[in-house]
Amino acid sequence: MFHLKLFLEYFKQYMKVRLAYRWDFLAQFVTDFLFQAVNLVFILVIFGHTSQLNGWNRYEVIFIYGYFLIPWAIFSAIFNLWDFNERYVIRGELDRILTRPVHSLVQVIMETMTPESLIGVVTGFIVMGWAAMGLDLTWTWLDPLLFLLFALGGVAIYAGIFITLTSISLFTDSKSDIQPIMFNIGTYGRYPINVYHRVIQFVLTWILPFAFVGFYPASYLLDKSHWQWYAMITPLVGIVYFCIGVFVWNWGIRNYRGAGN
Amino acid sequence: MFNTYLEVIRIRFLMMLAYRVNYYSGIIIYSLNIGVYYFLWMAIYGNNQSLQGLTAVQMATYIAISWMARAFYFNNLDREIAQEIRDGTVAIQLIRPYHYLLVKVFQGFGEGLFRLLLFSIPGMIVVSLVFPIVLPTVGSVWLKFALSLLLGFIVNVELNLLTGLLAFFVLNNQGLIRAKRVMVDLLSGLFIPITFYPEWAQMILNYLPFQAISYLPSMILVKGLSGSEWIHALLIQIAWCILLCIPIQMIWNRAKKTLVVQGG
Repeated sequence: MFHLKLFLEYFKQYMKVRLAYRWDFLAQFVTDFLFQAVNLVFILVIFGHTSQLNGWNRYEVIFIYGYFLIPWAIFSAIFNLWDFNERYVIRGELDRILTRPVHSLVQVIMETMTPESLIGVVTGFIVMGWAAMGLDLTWTWLDPLLFLLFALGGVAIYAGIFITLTSISLFTDSKSDIQPIMFNIGTYGRYPINVYHRVIQFVLTWILPFAFVGFYPASYLLDKSHWQWYAMITPLVGIVYFCIGVFVWNWGIRNYRGAGN
Repeated sequence: MFNTYLEVIRIRFLMMLAYRVNYYSGIIIYSLNIGVYYFLWMAIYGNNQSLQGLTAVQMATYIAISWMARAFYFNNLDREIAQEIRDGTVAIQLIRPYHYLLVKVFQGFGEGLFRLLLFSIPGMIVVSLVFPIVLPTVGSVWLKFALSLLLGFIVNVELNLLTGLLAFFVLNNQGLIRAKRVMVDLLSGLFIPITFYPEWAQMILNYLPFQAISYLPSMILVKGLSGSEWIHALLIQIAWCILLCIPIQMIWNRAKKTLVVQGG
């Protein structure tokens, strides 16, 4: 309850800041949409030259991409930790956070969140829905529930990995560019995993489990039974990686010495 | 006069050298991108030997070369200009005895040169070991490619100047800058060679400057264009280099009159 009230206050503050530059706010929507459209255009264009991608047809690949957009949008709305190192460690804002009686990670998340990214959820549903119309899918009453679990699991995986990487800044104040690398590995998870080399498949499943964010759950929803056990453990993988992230963060906070004066 | 600009290139090059650690991660990112598009395109080729006049090996080479070329032509001049307009330092730049925009161009060139030598070339060696690509062995093809790459750089810089200068009028053009970047990546042929687009899209793209940035240089290298085909590609690039100067000059003239410095 307390955290909810805190969130509302932060949210109000955030909206005031964003609405100061109204056009920029609008432009953000448009560019987010463009980013998503670019990948869609890529899929549409390549299927002009082939009827299937290692056994996946046009609509299935679009469906996987549409599904991926949903956990991705939720993740990027909440966990916008890209400039954590610059803002909190180098400029020392973390010291301010640490004097307050709320968990440091919660505060940092609330200060950096970008709720407008949630629009990606809508885009995701539109893309998925459009693809589903071209497919013959049979969904039971259980599937929407699983969908929710899968999506949250995907968010937790992304969050866990990014919190872990962000925590590196707590141990060293030098700049590390690992986050963008992770972001780029993440893009591998939104295409059918069997187009990649075996080693890459293994990495995407067990080491940096980005395949659980997009491909595995989506393939389950596409009624492909081959990967269904992977899909089922999505929430579990999410919990594990999220716990690792929070653990490393707390460890880093205990270790944190502040930068300079 | 020219010495000033040479010095600008040198200083930017040295500046980049000071932060070279940042670029090791860049090589990994570009390799990852080449990787994902390599596997996707190979899946698209499947059992096809060739699509739209490109064989599978040529396609792999195209992907690798177009990403490594991007390391050279890509820069954040638009963001820098917008930043300088917003924080007011542009006022000081304007009273200095040089052409502000030309200095920006040469700074971008220094940056590009740095990435070409310390990023693209080592990156290309790594990529050619990992992926089955075939690079031309004829010197003249590389020379043609170098010339085309330089022209592609100029067209991209001109687009950057245009979007950056818009900050004079809209004050906060971050969104526009991001949108432009996405458009350039998509429409320049970085992800998809222009010939793979549907007919109607190709018609439009042939009248836009984006193909001059990535598609034409990459094709010159991959297919070793010669004769009239090569001249044609080169003329398109040169035409855009010249044409884009016009709107830049117009915006620049107006911008100097309407300059509003917020603080500073």
